[in-house]
Amino acid sequence: MKRSLWTLFLPVLVVLAVGLYPLLTQQDVHRETSFTLLRAVALAASLNIILGFTGYVSFGHVVFYGLGGYVAFYLVAEKGWPFWSAVLMGGLAAALLAFLIGAGILRLRGAYFALVTIGVNEAMKAFIYNFQPFGGPVGLTMNFAVYKAYGGPRAVLWMTYHWLFVVTLIVVAVSYWIRVSKFGLGLLSIREDEDAAEVMGVRTSWFKTWAFTLSAFFPGLVGAIFFFRNASIEPHDAFPLHVSIESIVMVMLGGQGTVIGPILGSIGYQWMRVFLLTNRLLKNIQLAVAGGLLLLIVLFIPAGLVGWLRRRFPATRRFLL
Amino acid sequence: MNVLLRTENVVKRFGGLVAVNQVSFELYEGEILGLIGPNGAGKTTLFNCINGIYRPEEGRIFFRGTDITGWSPSRLAHMGMARTFQIVRPLAELTVRENVMVGAAFGEKRLPLSQTARVADEVLAFLGLADRADQLAGSLNVAQKKRLELARALASQPRLLLLDEVLAGLNPTEVDEMVETIRRIREQGITILMIEHVMRAIMNLSDRILVLDFGELIAEGTPEEIAQNERVIKAYLGDPKLAQRFALEE
Repeated sequence: MKRSLWTLFLPVLVVLAVGLYPLLTQQDVHRETSFTLLRAVALAASLNIILGFTGYVSFGHVVFYGLGGYVAFYLVAEKGWPFWSAVLMGGLAAALLAFLIGAGILRLRGAYFALVTIGVNEAMKAFIYNFQPFGGPVGLTMNFAVYKAYGGPRAVLWMTYHWLFVVTLIVVAVSYWIRVSKFGLGLLSIREDEDAAEVMGVRTSWFKTWAFTLSAFFPGLVGAIFFFRNASIEPHDAFPLHVSIESIVMVMLGGQGTVIGPILGSIGYQWMRVFLLTNRLLKNIQLAVAGGLLLLIVLFIPAGLVGWLRRRFPATRRFLL
Repeated sequence: MNVLLRTENVVKRFGGLVAVNQVSFELYEGEILGLIGPNGAGKTTLFNCINGIYRPEEGRIFFRGTDITGWSPSRLAHMGMARTFQIVRPLAELTVRENVMVGAAFGEKRLPLSQTARVADEVLAFLGLADRADQLAGSLNVAQKKRLELARALASQPRLLLLDEVLAGLNPTEVDEMVETIRRIREQGITILMIEHVMRAIMNLSDRILVLDFGELIAEGTPEEIAQNERVIKAYLGDPKLAQRFALEE
């Protein structure tokens, strides 16, 4: 079956639509909405590399977001590095952590791997709590003078938005590349049957480690961008486990292992979240609803929305990937 | 004749159980070597040692003249070794074509992805699965899954093909088709080591046969020699003289 170029255009168009809207209206409120959406898309799409393509449930994936945030924040606020190089270092720090622990923990399968990734996140939180250069339990705050170099706080809000927009587009492009590349075929074969993949010549440990590293790099960038504009960072905000869980829900809702699934899943989930948070009755049980949703997805549409469409209507496979 | 694969006193234990005990044999290029034996004789364990899934406790294994003892399965695949599994292991959520592309992309040739689809389609046509190419592998029936296992292995254009009971679970017509297919694979110059329980087929196909019983190699020879071998008959049927003795006692 010939794959239509829509498999690439559709995801890119969705992200462009979300990302360009505030640039056209120049409204702060639209920018903040799109920032939240793009952040969710970028986190879900990068989690999908290890979760959806490779089949490893990284439950504590937010650790890479927090670490990237801390490293970049420290370099900008304490060491006076330029923003762009600090963001890059945040991503690289997250990738390095994934590379180093990946070789060890990716030997574990199923629930054991998931549990260990939670442990890694909690351990990192505890470490930062006691790590004085990063401010320990109090965290770090940005001197507003730093923002002057970028044209003041308002300009920083727009600049970081542009950065996130570009990073999100890159994540989507990388997702697409993985899905249609030989590297991706290796990952998918690991997801389906790791032992059979190894016998067919896929160097599984090498593939898994690089998939994990790649899926950690982008959350590192996103965390770096987010906490820079946030003007403060503390352990509790940097490593929230519920953000990890929400990312998993977003990936599963849209369809793990697809390119467009995590994008649609993130947008759908964020839309539902806003609905819940603004509802007087439901606003306190927003996370319980996320948990319930995850349960329902796993029980009834484990392949997610896009996976279900692809299976139910094979004709959609040509343009939904 | 060139030796493609050689094992020297291979031993594999699981706790107190010696699953493979001091097995030594040679496999020549271009031949079909059958591996038979009662259930639990250690045939699949021996396969797993050759193919790198298990590391033998003792002994050496040589493939293409290189000592490969303890190498990983993927490294052996890169050297031109391919296998099928007794219990089929399709990559269920991938299409049949994608399954075969994995074999082609990561075998010895390590073809670029652009070429693997073409190789996959050729192999699928050879095995009569061409019209299933776009179907998900999980949706195939057992006979088709068996052929898919073979297709994945063949797509890597291997030098040595390890077949673990590819005939099991097939009906007589399907068995005949598969036997013909295996013959044609050998004609392409691929050396085959096969485990099989379907005697008619293995006796027909094999140039030589090895017999394992309780982990030990009890016989080796041409199909005719094996069929006459007393230890083999005993291993399969029990003592052949037992019936006579019972008759005499009565």
